[in-house]
Amino acid sequence: MVIYGVALLSFCMLIGVFLGDILGELIGVQANVGGVGIAMLMLIMLSNLSHRKFTLRPMTESGIGFWSAMYIPIVVAMAAKQNVIAAVSSGWLAVIAGVAAVAASFAMIPVLARFGKGHGRDQ
Amino acid sequence: MGVISDTFTAVLTKNSLVTAFAFVGILVWVSYRISDKLTRGHIHGSAIAITLGLALAYVGGVTGGGDKGIADVGLLGGVGIMGGAMFRDFAIVATAFGADLDALKKAGFVGAFSIVIGVVLSFIVGAAVAVAFGYTDAVSISTIGAGAATYIVGPVTGTALGAGSDVIALSIAAGLTKSVLVMVGTPIVASRIGLNNPHSALIYGGLMGTTSGVAGGLAATDPKLVPYGAMTATFYTGVGCLLAPSVLFLCVSALV
Repeated sequence: MVIYGVALLSFCMLIGVFLGDILGELIGVQANVGGVGIAMLMLIMLSNLSHRKFTLRPMTESGIGFWSAMYIPIVVAMAAKQNVIAAVSSGWLAVIAGVAAVAASFAMIPVLARFGKGHGRDQ
Repeated sequence: MGVISDTFTAVLTKNSLVTAFAFVGILVWVSYRISDKLTRGHIHGSAIAITLGLALAYVGGVTGGGDKGIADVGLLGGVGIMGGAMFRDFAIVATAFGADLDALKKAGFVGAFSIVIGVVLSFIVGAAVAVAFGYTDAVSISTIGAGAATYIVGPVTGTALGAGSDVIALSIAAGLTKSVLVMVGTPIVASRIGLNNPHSALIYGGLMGTTSGVAGGLAATDPKLVPYGAMTATFYTGVGCLLAPSVLFLCVSALV
């Protein structure tokens, strides 16, 4: 049933966010540390495991697939609710700091990607 | 006529989340038409949809006067729920279904490494801009540097260090600028920086760190890369909140 897939997704997310909050508490920061990432890992493990040990019914999978497909529309809604005014109207310092941080980070991607691949070949 | 339009408005307001689904559906449809007809598919439909969303958020901020973009405009309150953190994270987790575990394992180390590099790099850049604008106290410099990481790391750091509210507001604005720019800029630079495989997407997520920026940027570039970038990005804010008010602040204090 579709709800099994949705529920499975919910369990993964709730457990992940819970662990992320605990992790944040443990290291003493006021933030969730990787909660969504942990949830994603759990789901990836489950979906990779399922090929061998157990299989999800197609209907169950479609409960997860629906939310995966809703990702882009949700991101569009997220874009439409951003505080764009605050981003562009609070003066040059904020804009320059933001732009420079993005430019520097973009520039680092090819560097790190090459490093990572080279590292993999050495092993 | 008055009765009909009043009733219609009431229905849309009462069912705000459903209204948001319809509204975003139209927005995405229009965007894909523009992509097809005007750019002949050169610019991805979702990139146009996200840019239109941001433009609407600006319009909404001007007319609604709030801080939630178009979601502050009467009938469209549901857009705030649909685009809120709960649904966003739920959909991000769903994209992980069927992702390649081996790609994750291979990039595990460099992915984790990229998060730390990303936080430190953005912090240094933001702090340097703060210094260039005449800030001389370690607390303000660190708060603005932290804001250049994400708009959550900024206020968390500022609050922890006791920065002024004007500086905290600046740090949030710096983080917002970053997130908007990552959404719009990613599809433009993607081919030049080699962002076309799970490996570089993991690194991209770790370096950029802004969950909404990465989510939007990858959606507009190649939705298949979303789970990899989102995975590392979700650790970034936590690492930033850990490093900025502690190690990085101490480094700044030692320097000024």
